[in-house]
Amino acid sequence: MSQDTLFDKVWDLHKVSSLPGGSDQIFIGLHLIHEVTSPQAFGALKDKNLKVKFPTRTVATVDHIVPTDNQSRPFKDNLAEQMIETLEKNCLQHKIRFFNIGSGNQGIVHVVAPELGLTQPGMTIACGDSHTSTHGAFGSIAFGIGTSQVRDVLATQTIAMNKLKVRQIWCENKLSHGVYAKDLVLHIINELGVKAGVGFAYEFAGPAINALSMEERMTICNMSIEGGARCGYINPDEKTFNYIKNKLCAPKNENWDEALLWWKSLKSDANSIYDDVIKFDASKVEPTVTWGITPGQSVGINQQIPLLEELSPNDQFVAEEAYEYMGFKPGQSIKDTPVDVCFIGSCTNGRISDLRVAAKVLKDKKVSDKVKAFVVPGSEKVANEAKKEGLDIIFKDSGFQWREPGCSMCLAMNSDKLIGNQVSASSSNRNFKGRQGSPSGRTLLMSPAMVAAAAINGKVSDVREFIER
Amino acid sequence: MKSEFTPPFGKITQIVGKCISLIGNDIDTDRIIPARFLKCVNFDSLGKSVFEDDRETLKGKHPFDLKENKNASILIVNSNFGCGSSREHAPQALMRWGIKAIIGESFAEIFYSNCIAIGIPCFTLSKKSIQVIQKYIDNKSLFLEIELKSSLAKSKDLNFNLEIKESSRKMFLSGEWDATSTLLENENLIEDKFKNLPYLKF
Repeated sequence: MSQDTLFDKVWDLHKVSSLPGGSDQIFIGLHLIHEVTSPQAFGALKDKNLKVKFPTRTVATVDHIVPTDNQSRPFKDNLAEQMIETLEKNCLQHKIRFFNIGSGNQGIVHVVAPELGLTQPGMTIACGDSHTSTHGAFGSIAFGIGTSQVRDVLATQTIAMNKLKVRQIWCENKLSHGVYAKDLVLHIINELGVKAGVGFAYEFAGPAINALSMEERMTICNMSIEGGARCGYINPDEKTFNYIKNKLCAPKNENWDEALLWWKSLKSDANSIYDDVIKFDASKVEPTVTWGITPGQSVGINQQIPLLEELSPNDQFVAEEAYEYMGFKPGQSIKDTPVDVCFIGSCTNGRISDLRVAAKVLKDKKVSDKVKAFVVPGSEKVANEAKKEGLDIIFKDSGFQWREPGCSMCLAMNSDKLIGNQVSASSSNRNFKGRQGSPSGRTLLMSPAMVAAAAINGKVSDVREFIER
Repeated sequence: MKSEFTPPFGKITQIVGKCISLIGNDIDTDRIIPARFLKCVNFDSLGKSVFEDDRETLKGKHPFDLKENKNASILIVNSNFGCGSSREHAPQALMRWGIKAIIGESFAEIFYSNCIAIGIPCFTLSKKSIQVIQKYIDNKSLFLEIELKSSLAKSKDLNFNLEIKESSRKMFLSGEWDATSTLLENENLIEDKFKNLPYLKF
């Protein structure tokens, strides 16, 4: 059993009681909600005649269903309009802070909370969304929950949960030129598998992790769930504190000094005990692309799609399904695979640094005329900053469509969808069958820089050929 | 799909029903309920859309469309079932189709806790035993009688010792799987925590 890790410390701090069944009752310091997984939870509160226990500890925004072309109200899609109206009504009724469209602070919930300074070290954070693991980048313990647990958090500010084991993922050396956090996390998931993390919190550590920016760290923690781990985190450091400083909801003045003092005390001890430790050499990671139907099925850009016999017996089952669905032959090269749609955005890679990297690749270049390419900023803040830097112009000049913030084609709940068996190069997090809105649509996950390169060439390409050293 | 749906309530001690087998590893919640069906403010109409795209692709040959699986209530799956999105809509859709319990090699974590929270016990069994069941169902119907207390699953021809997390078992036996009221019992402790967490004072 793990001891003295950051996870242990934060868990113990938030433990309210041991429940009769053997699980723990854990206090949730910050609860984030959005329009998709909260309406039924508010409905259940009403049925049970309960109130929101601590309305100041829940914050809402709208992201999954928002259109990215025309956001004027009412939305063209009646069901989407009904969902945003329900959220507006629930927030008003229960006095919950809501960052709505046009507030300047709306966006994907996992982009918004960090950029507002809501996400802080040492917190427990829950949200009805599996990518809540993102917030672990700040040294918080953050995990996705279902709607019944959203109800529990609203009513009690606590949930019942079994304590997780802790696996340290130590990343030695540093990423090489043209290789990004997305490549590293895809590589890790490929090595460990999509279910290795079940029952674990992942602590990402080591020189390669320390060298990452906060936004890159968010990309890593975001994808923990794709490796099966409900929660992933990184011990906070100066970069963490600097990122939070002066944000809208960050502690101010003497509170800042007090917060800093406490945050600095929050990290895994040098002699802490882990349930498991796995080491990676980050310098060996190549730009990585998925070829299959799980985020674990990926290869380096210069590698071939694996042969069946190269895979473990457990992985062969899904691999066969993937070859068939994707229309790929075992042993085929991933490089030069033609793509139809290029999507830059999502809670994984829709932040300002992602847009900067992609714009750098696209500057003075044109998107292939065979490709539909669009960029969806992660939040209104990201969009405004990008405009200030002229990135929107670079995207538009290259042939990318510039859209309004939201989750968009990461999960295709709005009108941004693949058609038929189109292939997308996507900076999002899931390549499941049908994930991007068409039951036969095919998704290749990669870094935003790689998506930009694919857009220019109309096929999967090595971004290192586009960027100077 | 049941025409009138009554959600489970209180103690769950026994599940009796016909098994339906769904073969495949890493079956994610997008496949269980595609995202377009999440545009709803209640769960009521999800049952008919469970596995919609997979069923459409298989044109009537998907296990959830086969005549012999009508009225089945115990779902047999392979490994990492329910991975991906945290959408509770996935187990809600399965439950509204008629599923009352799931037996699998392994489950994704958020899916598992969603199932517990809505009253669907999830049991695990070895890969080998799951394959025995899946093979059996290929030829004839399997009716199982599962006792929560002993974790024994019995039928005419086959018997299994299922596994379930002890905390989950206790919650079903006591009826406390619907956690809100249990959590609220510690209201004073919750108030104390709220007053004493360092960052809530910043």
